[in-house]
This record gives sequence, C-alpha cells and structure tokens, in this order.
Amino acid sequence: MTAKLRESDISRPVAAPGATRRMPWRALALPLTALPLLGFLVLPLVALLGRLNLDVLSAQLLSPAVGQTIRLSMMTTLATTLITLLLGTPLAFLLARTQFWGRQAVDTLLDLPMVLPPSVAGIALLIAFGRRGLFGPLLTSLELEIAFTQTAVVMAQLFVAAPFYVKAAAAGFAGVDRELEQSAALDGATRLGGLRYITIPLAWPALFGGMIMTWARALGEFGATIIFAGNFPGRTQTMPLAIYLGFERDLDLALTLAAILLAISFAVLLTVKWMLRQRVGAG
Amino acid sequence: MARCLRELAYRRENHMKHRIALWILAIALLLAGCSAPPPAQPTSPPVPAAPAAATTLTVLAAASLSDAFGELGAQFEAANPGVTITYSFAGSQQLAAQILEGAPADVFASANQRQIDAVVAGGRITTGVAQTFARNRLTIVTPPDNPAHIQTLTDLAGPGVKLILADRAVPVGQYSLDLFAKASSLPAYTAAYSPTVLANVVSYEDNVRSVLAKIILGEADAGIVYTSDVALEAAKVRQIAIPDELNTIAIYPIAPIADSQQPELARRFIDYVRSAEGQQILVRYGFIAADL
Repeated sequence: MTAKLRESDISRPVAAPGATRRMPWRALALPLTALPLLGFLVLPLVALLGRLNLDVLSAQLLSPAVGQTIRLSMMTTLATTLITLLLGTPLAFLLARTQFWGRQAVDTLLDLPMVLPPSVAGIALLIAFGRRGLFGPLLTSLELEIAFTQTAVVMAQLFVAAPFYVKAAAAGFAGVDRELEQSAALDGATRLGGLRYITIPLAWPALFGGMIMTWARALGEFGATIIFAGNFPGRTQTMPLAIYLGFERDLDLALTLAAILLAISFAVLLTVKWMLRQRVGAG
Repeated sequence: MARCLRELAYRRENHMKHRIALWILAIALLLAGCSAPPPAQPTSPPVPAAPAAATTLTVLAAASLSDAFGELGAQFEAANPGVTITYSFAGSQQLAAQILEGAPADVFASANQRQIDAVVAGGRITTGVAQTFARNRLTIVTPPDNPAHIQTLTDLAGPGVKLILADRAVPVGQYSLDLFAKASSLPAYTAAYSPTVLANVVSYEDNVRSVLAKIILGEADAGIVYTSDVALEAAKVRQIAIPDELNTIAIYPIAPIADSQQPELARRFIDYVRSAEGQQILVRYGFIAADL
C-alpha cells in the first residue's frame, strides 16, 4: 500500500555540484508566460507618456478648459459613486440575503449594463428619459429636461458602473458568517447595530473594492455619455470625451488629458489599495 | 467481494465514459472536416480589361457621404468585377487624424479642404493632387412637429431653443460657426446674434449624422446639417432654408493616398466619382455637382 518514495518524486532536487550547468527552465517558465500580457498592458501606456511634449503639458495643465474638464469628471464620478453606495447597498443586501422569486433573473439583469456596449446604454437611456422618450412627457410636465445636462452624465455613469458595486457588495454580504450576526443578536444587538458593527466591517473589503471599480468605470465612461448627455465643454464634456475629440482636433491636448487621467487613476487606485491593506492588516 | 464489484463497476463506467468521449471526438472531427469544402476554382474572367485578382480599395469618406458613396461603390464594383470597396465613414477630422497616424487607406474624401491640407502637411497626400468632386449646402433641420416653431435663421437665437451643432473640428461644425459669424456682420442680425445662438447650443456632436439622429429623435429643437443629409430622411425632419447670401458652399475634395497599394485603382475610382455618372448619383443624394 505504501509506495516507495522514489527520487524522481522529489520535484526540486537539492543543488548538487555541477548544477550550474542545468538550465533553470522551470524557474523561468512561469514568468515567461506571464510577461507577454503584462507587457502588452503596460507598453502602450509607456508609449503614451513617451510621446508627451512636456512644454505643452505644463501649458495645458494651467489652462482653464483642462481644469474645467477635470473638475467635471471628478464631480460627476463622485456623485455617481455616492449614489451607487446609497442605493446599491440595500439592493446588494437584498440579493445576498433573501431568496425571492426571480432572484436569478434580477441577478442576470444586473449583469447586463456591464456587458452591453456603452453606446447601447446611451441609446436606451435616451429612449427612456429623453424628451420624446418613455418618461419624456412626464418629465416635461415636471419641467425637467434630463438629456444634455450634468444629471444625464451622472445617469449614464450610474447605468454602466453601478452593477460593479452591487455585484461585489452582494458577494461580500453573502460571505459574512451568519452565526456572527446571530450571536450578536443574542448578545442584544439590534438589526441596525448588527449591520453596523458586524456585517459591514466584515464585508468592507468587498464593498470598498466594488466602490473603486464603480468609480473607475464611471471615470472612463464615454459611449453612453456622448449619446445621452451630449458633448458641451464645461457642462457635459467629461475627460474621455475631451480626449476623444482632442485626438481629432489637437493631438497634444488629447495626450495631456490622457496623461492626467492616467496619473489620477493610478494615484487613486494606489492610495485605495494602501488604505485597504492598512484596514485589513489592522482588522 | 463488494470491493471487487465496485471496482468493476467503476472501470466499466470509465470505459463507457471513454467510449462516449471518443465518439464525440470522432463526430467533431468529421464535422470539422465536412464544414471546410475544397475551395472552388475561380474561373478566369472573360473580360481582360479588369484586374484578374480580387483587390480591395479602402476609401475613407466623410460621414455625410455614407449613402451616396454606398451606391457609387456598388456601381463601381459592378463595372469592375473582382474589386471590393471597403469604406470607413466618420467625421473628416477623425479620418484625417487616423490617416496621419498611419491608417491603411487608398482614397480620402473629405468634407472640407482643411482636413485634406492637414494630411498633405503630414505627408500622406501629395501636394496638388486633391480635386473637388462635390459641393454641399447647409440647412436647418427640426423635428417634424417643430416644437420651438423655428421659421427662419433668426429664430435660432430665440430664448430656450435647444440647438445641436457638430463640433468645430468637424467640417459642418466649422461651416455652421462661419455661418453665424457671417450673419452677425449683417445689420439685419446684429452683432449679438452669433453669441446668442451659440448660447443655445446643448451639444457639439462628433459627426453630422449624430446631429441628424438626435433631431430625428426629437431630443433637440434644431440642428444644422447638410442638404444632402436631409435628402434621405426628408420624411423624418422639417427643413428650413438658409438664405443664399449667408449659406456656405461646402467644397468636398478627394485625393489618393500617396503610399496606396492600389494607385491605379484609386485613380480610377476618383475618376468615376468625378465622371458624369458619378456626379449624377451624388446629385440624386442631395449634393451639388462640382463645377467640372
């Protein structure tokens, strides 16, 4: 029954004299197969930064138009993330904890905005909330016009980005051990208290990760925005729109905005990861 | 004993699984083999004038040319068997940017001279080869029910009017801005006309067809597009003429790309576009014939 342990069963032989002649293929194999994709993802960004004209960059950074675009992007994505947090958390909790009829369907419906091409999302939003859309007459009677406003920008971002948070949060809530909540209840905690002191802190990494994904997706949103909100500098022209039009109008401007977007995204993501690690380490 | 039977059952089950797997593999291979029939031998063309091998001509054309060039291409392909025309329609400024970044192309048909000049400056079109092949005029379009009751050019400056224009990098966008500037210089419109109209703009679109699409959808009160764009969608929009003395005549130049792989074919295509037949097709789609 007990097989004899043979020398070939040991996958990593101890270094023996003459080992330097043996090629370390096994040690290199994994990095070699991992390198192409990593290179492919990094090299275009490096090329982009390399094409930057530093004089133009510093001049553009101070221009009011660029400042306006950055401010618009930051404010709309912030609004989108906050709304997602407020409205998405109950939805995620519902998905994670309750079994209701049609739950699978709702779950799949939430996948759709992530899978749909953004331009389809834009057209759908226009047809639903546009002046002549499904809700058009209702909105007009309330003297609300949504298309071509900053509200439209936030709505477009919300549509494509919110599902990321909801999915992540649902997974996070589902992963919290019910027994912990139950024992807290036994100890006298209210439902809200249990949520605040047990569930949310334990699900926090997933919630935070989902929030960041939503913010990042909202920041890069283009197709739905240009169709539903249109393009107007200072009002609805977010950074991706400005970069797209800048590519046709003024390549240097486009490169500057692209570099700024890159820097902001990188900084935020890095900071967030650091914060997360701190949190997880302390917890 | 029981263990023996269990082992036998396990082995038979595995044996069955293997057989099924092998059958699936065999069927899959069979289907794969069947789905790739031997390629049909091409018959030699009876007409020796056209090139014998299948060739593709890549034409980059302004968005406003989508429909007219579609038919032009079909006619050209019918007259030249073996030739396939591949189109890329977009705002002329986007196409120019792509060409300057090295996009493969054989012919560039732009909605204004400026984008051709940009490509000439970038070295991908030889100086002086561009020729006019069509002209176009601007027109105001509104949704069929004309919600803002636009009747004349002056109405565009009315309070609360939602106007959509193309971005100034797009030829028709620049033509629109020129139009307003020209109007502002006339006493009938006053100098405040242009800024007031521009304050009514809700969106600057990336190409002329987006402007038209949003007007058809009724999302805005008015837009400025080419008369050729309205020709096909006449039922879906209302057209308001712009006075001739203010209207811009848009000049559309066409040129072969210097490093094209099909210079002869490109030249033939351009000649066809500028021929009587080609001009007729363009006029039918709402363009004005080039003064040839």
